[in-house]
Amino acid sequence: MAILKNSLGLRAGLLSLLILAAILGLWQIATMPTAASGPAVDPEYAKLVGNAAATGSKAALPTPADIGATIWGHLSDPFYVRGSNDKGIGIQLAYSLGRVLLGFGLAALAAVPLGFLIGMSPLVYRALDPFIQILKPVSPLAWMPLALYTIKDSAISSIFVIFICSVWPMLINTAFGVATVRKEWLNVARTLEVGPFRTAFKVILPAAAPTIMTGMRISIGIAWLVIVAAEMLVGGTGIGYFVWNEWNNLSIANIVTAILLIGLVGLALDQGLARITRLVTYPE
Amino acid sequence: MDHRPLISVEGLARRFGSTGQPAVFENIWFGIDKGEFCCLIGHSGCGKTTILNVLAGLDSPSEGAVIVDNREIDGPSLDRAVIFQGHALLPWLTVMGNIAFAVSSRWPSWDRAKVQEHARRFIELVGLKGAENKRPAQLSGGMKQRVGIARALSIQPKMLLMDEPFSALDALTRGMLQDEVLRICADTQQTVFMITHDVDEAILLADKIVLMTNGPGAKIAEIVVNTMPRGERHRNDLHRHPQYYAIRNHLVEFLVNRSRAFEQEIEGTAYDPRRLKVVKPGLSAVNPPAEIVPLRHAQ
Repeated sequence: MAILKNSLGLRAGLLSLLILAAILGLWQIATMPTAASGPAVDPEYAKLVGNAAATGSKAALPTPADIGATIWGHLSDPFYVRGSNDKGIGIQLAYSLGRVLLGFGLAALAAVPLGFLIGMSPLVYRALDPFIQILKPVSPLAWMPLALYTIKDSAISSIFVIFICSVWPMLINTAFGVATVRKEWLNVARTLEVGPFRTAFKVILPAAAPTIMTGMRISIGIAWLVIVAAEMLVGGTGIGYFVWNEWNNLSIANIVTAILLIGLVGLALDQGLARITRLVTYPE
Repeated sequence: MDHRPLISVEGLARRFGSTGQPAVFENIWFGIDKGEFCCLIGHSGCGKTTILNVLAGLDSPSEGAVIVDNREIDGPSLDRAVIFQGHALLPWLTVMGNIAFAVSSRWPSWDRAKVQEHARRFIELVGLKGAENKRPAQLSGGMKQRVGIARALSIQPKMLLMDEPFSALDALTRGMLQDEVLRICADTQQTVFMITHDVDEAILLADKIVLMTNGPGAKIAEIVVNTMPRGERHRNDLHRHPQYYAIRNHLVEFLVNRSRAFEQEIEGTAYDPRRLKVVKPGLSAVNPPAEIVPLRHAQ
């Protein structure tokens, strides 16, 4: 009992497990198959929607046990390919991750140098500010038709949408981080006659790194949110397409599985960047 | 003046904002000889830090110039190292990293081992051996300032510029660092220009104390020569030295009264900012005032 009292983490963990058990319990009760057999059904309809759903002997929402079985099914064979509409969930996630990382990487390549320029020069900052302010609040999906029209390739269009949504937080944070580097650190570099490039890499970049990394963390979060919606629009592959496809199949268990996996991957992306942020953060 | 001192401040003035605004300071003339420890004393707001920044090349004056080695200062230089008031260490680098950054800026062709060896010498000089791999956040205020001093010395500059380097430290740490600066400067024959508003610090460290009046329109009132020889200045028995109180009283009198009312004081007298009065209050305590030789420029 002493351990329980002392460790907040352990108590929080226990409470989390309890909440999970309560949710699963309520879910189980809410989705229990009703015993009473329903009215007779048209056999054609029964064939169409599946016998259980048609007779009503089983609710359309799956029980936690069903979900567990579905998850197990997916995880035991995540990388199968059986035709263009039947690919393992691992493959679909890999497609989405690939698009996000590509779009995000390109955005970082563009945003960090440009943000450096904006942060160093008040003139450039003022000149570009109206563009940033207008383009930043635009939903990335609003770019989709324009991208499809100009690029004429749905795969590249979805990467472009990821690019455009992750570029702003990185651009703004880089510019802010660079512009607010402490004057005295720059003065140290000046009195040591350090050249502009060495100052940029040895003083400004490490000084602004925590702010830049925070921008990247925001960006990858937004990118992972947007990729699901983008793939629902574009179709073909990816976890967003998978969700839409399973909606058309009315397979709630598959959708719930996908939701859980999207959450877990998003968590992993966020934690990965958080770890890098901690590496470049310096206490003052 | 027969020869130019190592550093010659000539007709310096600084205005902020548009022309026509009253100058923070104007017509500042003084010189610092090689190997000399020169303190600038004055109240805050009179532009002391601005003068130091001009000497460092970080700021440019509205009028006048600073001549070092017969060349006008037009920017920062590795020949003039600055010890900043707030230590200004780069917090993401270790003690070694901070000093190595300075050393490799001075000698870009040196390899890593040579840079580190040179840096280690100066870490030992300021008594930080064993703390090489600590980051500034892990150091006390006094240790941080030691790193700042080591960084400035490691580039072996022609002169050191210090902007109230000890003002943020507690009295005990300040005393210890003052002793060390005194020792290091004596060992290395360093030329130093230091800003302070601590009278005792000035008497302990400086050979020459430049008194600055209050702004706006601040000027140099006079130059006080510290006639106590360096070898006789020790922090613990400074107050027992026969000249100490005379010098101290002169400085305190200036800071309390004369710095405010200097305009009235010089009214009708032949005040020439280019030929400042040089006073030796320490000697008047030993000799009767009547026997003081007529004051002349100490060159």
